[in-house]
Amino acid sequence: MSLVRFTNEEMAVMNLSSLYAGYGFKQFKMSKFEEYDLYAENKDFLLGSSVITFTDTNGKLMALKPDVTLSIVKSVGDTRLNTEKVYYSENVYRVDKGTHQYKELMQVGLECIGDIDMYSLSEVVMLAKKSLCEISPRNILDISHMGFLNGLLDETKLSEKQRSAVIGYIREKNTIAIEQICADNFVSEKVKNALVLLTGMYGPFSMKIDELKKVSFNDAADNAVRELESIFGFLSACGCADGVNIDFSIVSDSGYYNGVVFQGFIDGVPTSVLTGGSYDNLVHKFGKDAGAIGFAVYIDLLERLMGGDRSYDVDVLLVYDCDTKLDDIAKAIGNIRADGKSVRAAASDNGTVKYRQRAEMRNGEVKFYGSDD
Amino acid sequence: MAQMINVALPKGRLGEKVLAIFEACGYDCPSIHETNRKLIFENEQAGVRYFWVKPSDVSIYVERGAADIGVAGKDILLEYAPDVYELYDLDIGKCRMAVAACRGFHDNTERTLRVATKFPNIATTFYNKKGRDIDIIKLNGSIEIAPILRMSDVIVDIVETGTTLKENNLEPIETIVPISARLISNKVSYKFKNKEISKLQQAIAEYCAQKKDKI
Repeated sequence: MSLVRFTNEEMAVMNLSSLYAGYGFKQFKMSKFEEYDLYAENKDFLLGSSVITFTDTNGKLMALKPDVTLSIVKSVGDTRLNTEKVYYSENVYRVDKGTHQYKELMQVGLECIGDIDMYSLSEVVMLAKKSLCEISPRNILDISHMGFLNGLLDETKLSEKQRSAVIGYIREKNTIAIEQICADNFVSEKVKNALVLLTGMYGPFSMKIDELKKVSFNDAADNAVRELESIFGFLSACGCADGVNIDFSIVSDSGYYNGVVFQGFIDGVPTSVLTGGSYDNLVHKFGKDAGAIGFAVYIDLLERLMGGDRSYDVDVLLVYDCDTKLDDIAKAIGNIRADGKSVRAAASDNGTVKYRQRAEMRNGEVKFYGSDD
Repeated sequence: MAQMINVALPKGRLGEKVLAIFEACGYDCPSIHETNRKLIFENEQAGVRYFWVKPSDVSIYVERGAADIGVAGKDILLEYAPDVYELYDLDIGKCRMAVAACRGFHDNTERTLRVATKFPNIATTFYNKKGRDIDIIKLNGSIEIAPILRMSDVIVDIVETGTTLKENNLEPIETIVPISARLISNKVSYKFKNKEISKLQQAIAEYCAQKKDKI
């Protein structure tokens, strides 16, 4: 038994890294700094979050990374010929939504960039689900498809701004607002009903996919349904199809996601701990002819999860008196440690250390007080 | 096994109305009517646990998952934009967010408009759309005094009947958005307690639709 009790976060980083490495993903290590230009050019991708900047010794404006994906897209996967599969565990610096202050956040994630075939796509979704299972058995992976939603919205004459408003209402599951905006903009009854259905839709993939098929009006939507079905089939084959739900409220209003999008949730954490999806549009913006899919796990959210707490600092507090010989203390400590317990030696118990068991040394003899459970 | 739903109720008149609706839908809780100093009330059979919180805090409890669902005014949702699901419009607690000013107010467009309000985000968004330069004065109550004392030109506040405004020689000049009470849910609770929350949502929707028909 290891004496160091790893925190939830440390455990997650280790387990997830070994999961990804096990599927042949290479670790991608990067600098904490990046040229600010990268973020200035891709503001939409970061959804307006602000960046910590500073001037480098050569006068260049630099930034502390607010995001990892952009740096990876920039460096790897120039063509469809060489598909790159990488994973990372890095700190990013962002403004916390609650406190409006900068925060250092730990992210573990992976990206697959290059020729994304059905297997690569399904594999990444499967790894997302397995990542959640590594953290807690009480997990849910919600999945939806931007291609489906865009296909549906293409049937309307809504402007860019109105489309983004519709996506906002879908994210809120606000069916009343959807009905209103459709009525205000003469959206056909057929499409309105489909949007209302999507907004309210929530449930296991196997039960909801047929509902989705019924409101699939064009090729874009049909393709999306087929893609979702293949992914789900793969998840079933891998034995991790339980707790996979269809939910369109997780769609992103960033224009970079184009295909399947997903989010992961852990019971006990009030926000999503994993987000991901395919983002071919971002890769194309870098002038690269390739597809991409990936996800990130927000490790710091796991801090409050049950099981990480412990109510004591050491197993044994060994109190010695001034007559005790150093050799005897060393020997006593050696014996306690050999039992697999942690021990702190002190001249007195001044109450600052919480222990499970107390031991006292008198005339070279060790006496234990209290039980060790 | 059905899981308990934690419900954050807004203290005050609106909360009493909301509780009455929940009770009529089968989510009653006898202990909540006893006079004592308890803060949390539960009825295990009905699967609900209620607690009263300050109305403007409901969305915080729900967003952070301390409450699975809650009832909050649209004004609070617009102002704080919490990351929650807005599941249903209860159609009670109806009022409107409006701009008001002293009677006979003339808007001098060559000057920055001074706006006193409890809702700086709503006010800013509203005037940004118009392209108007404003100076927000954030207050926490008794907004009506600001224009009387000439501290602000206008106020942005909730108007129910308009009586308070009238008594202070103010009048509403523009409606920003109609307000009503909304049923909101934590996004993750909605997933892990989906059966329970959907059932409650449906019961409330049916009850409210029925009530509407009667009128």
